[in-house]
Amino acid sequence: MKKFLTTNVSRRTVLAGTAMTAGMLAMPSILRAQDRSIKVGVYGGYFKDSFDEHIFPAFTEETGIAVESIAEPTGEAWLVQLEQAARANQAPADLSMMAQVAMLKGQATELWQPLDLAKITNADNLLERSVNKYPDGRVCGIGAVAWYITLVTNTDVYPEAPTSWQALWDPANADRLGLLALVSNSFLLEVTAKTFFGGTDHLSTDEGLEEVFQKLAEVKPNVRLWYRDEAQFEQALKSGEIPMGQYYHDVTGLAAADGNPVRSTFPQEGGILDSGAWALSRASQKVEEAHLFIDYMTRAETQTLMSQKVGTAPTIKRELTQLTDEEFAAVSSDIDPIIPRYDLYQTRDDFLNQKWTEMIAG
Amino acid sequence: MRREAPKSVADYAPLVFPGFMLVAFFVVPFGTMVAVSFFQRQQGGFYTPAFIFDNYERFLSAFFGGVLGFSIMLAVMVALVCVAIGFPFTWLISKASRRVQVVWLVALLSVLSLSEVIIGFAWSTLFSRTAGVTNLLVWAGLMAEPRALYPGFGAVLTAMVYQALPYTVLILYPAIVRLDPTLTEAARTLGASPVRAFFNVVVPGLRNTIVATLIMVFVFALGAYLLPQILGRPQHWTLSVLITDQAIYQSNMPFAAAMAVFLVLMSLALVGLTLLVGRKGDAA
Repeated sequence: MKKFLTTNVSRRTVLAGTAMTAGMLAMPSILRAQDRSIKVGVYGGYFKDSFDEHIFPAFTEETGIAVESIAEPTGEAWLVQLEQAARANQAPADLSMMAQVAMLKGQATELWQPLDLAKITNADNLLERSVNKYPDGRVCGIGAVAWYITLVTNTDVYPEAPTSWQALWDPANADRLGLLALVSNSFLLEVTAKTFFGGTDHLSTDEGLEEVFQKLAEVKPNVRLWYRDEAQFEQALKSGEIPMGQYYHDVTGLAAADGNPVRSTFPQEGGILDSGAWALSRASQKVEEAHLFIDYMTRAETQTLMSQKVGTAPTIKRELTQLTDEEFAAVSSDIDPIIPRYDLYQTRDDFLNQKWTEMIAG
Repeated sequence: MRREAPKSVADYAPLVFPGFMLVAFFVVPFGTMVAVSFFQRQQGGFYTPAFIFDNYERFLSAFFGGVLGFSIMLAVMVALVCVAIGFPFTWLISKASRRVQVVWLVALLSVLSLSEVIIGFAWSTLFSRTAGVTNLLVWAGLMAEPRALYPGFGAVLTAMVYQALPYTVLILYPAIVRLDPTLTEAARTLGASPVRAFFNVVVPGLRNTIVATLIMVFVFALGAYLLPQILGRPQHWTLSVLITDQAIYQSNMPFAAAMAVFLVLMSLALVGLTLLVGRKGDAA
């Protein structure tokens, strides 16, 4: 101890040595992306893991921009956090993958920085519905991935796959369903409208909404679980405790591939198509990097890879991807999908939420 | 040792730190919440500062009244069941040897280390049709086929009592251990049976402790959010579940804040009422 104290090492030398050691330890990533980095928010868990493993490293390799992925919660919790942070001029993530309802709510407060399509060389690849715009035409979001919510069943309990959403109303399925608990993420109003009233346009009028709510209320005796937490339903579906319900097509496919007795079916009325868009917080300084990132993510090869590895549906035109018919069928369907009425969740949010809560809890 | 009243400003110095913490971690957040509850909600967006009563107005409906009523009823039931089980139980452990006491208390403390999520999922498995306790009854020949015991009110109540019971015992334990044993001995000498001595001497002697415990468990149970959601049907969702829906999923902070303020006020009122009734009882 005494010897150590008397050794002739100045403070400065120690500091320099420490810095060098730290530098060497962190060398591999620091060398490649010395000052360019971007924080990207993606849904935590399985989604983030797949992106970290299959998608982000190749981007860093090519551009030298390090990606720091942030696990964001689903629902609008992340939107609330981004908004609060932006008010303080902070960006917990530069780019975030946002579902459509959250995207629109962010637009209402100008949370998203306008994007320059000219800097995104692959913009022409995109499906028209994959580009989010402000009312005045400025682009604020670019489709990242799309996913389906479909009719899922336990194959032990249901040897035959159901063919229609009408199965939810079948009295034979009393107390057997698991459905999403919120109006803005279950999209069951749209399902009801398309299944029984000819299409989602029926939701445009008050009378139409009233009819749809009444029809949907008939489903209540069949519902065992209204879930907010996905794990809750997934577990019950696998064990056959709750053998039918609505769930994400990609995750169900993965569970089936792992040998669980579950299947996802596109009903004849179509699966519910929702999508996530890349959106840039107005507090972010990484505008250049964000454009490079989005450009990379909209490439045909990247989109193909995401469908193969993450199980999401592409947001670019089908013919541009290198997906085989079989691969495409695994992540999507040619049946005309049910597209949620996002406009309603913006203009009549509180009304719908109140009616919905009273319907299921009343 | 006689405690002297503080004489100079410096004597109040020890209060500075706790006072600061109280302001920083309670008064400021609670004040913010009260302020936000009067803000203007912007549908499809966030909120703007204002001073309006719309959020409280929306809450004053039969529907939310029902939910609030259910939440309070649930919390009261949890408190009553917990004390009804916990009090005799704690009394019995306090009679046991030191070693037995330690084992029981450690076991109870270990339940406290479980998170609400784990408790919820564990009970949902125990109450399930495919892997639950009814399978044991079927195996024993007492039941024809396994059935699910959740979702339902019984499941919610069971899990919440399970979660709150360790608190109950830990609050009751010190008071019960300190109760003068000669009191029960006297009762026994005068001819009372053990049960009679328990109800006529121990219970009245610890009335204040029992009331305090009821209040603590009530307040603890009032904030329940996960268990009603995992184990109950929508009609068993508490106000906390709806507050979370508004705050996190609807990004309607003002309405969520208004509901939370209401919940706090109601619980304060009930606690106050309980204390008032208790004091009147003392005076009589």
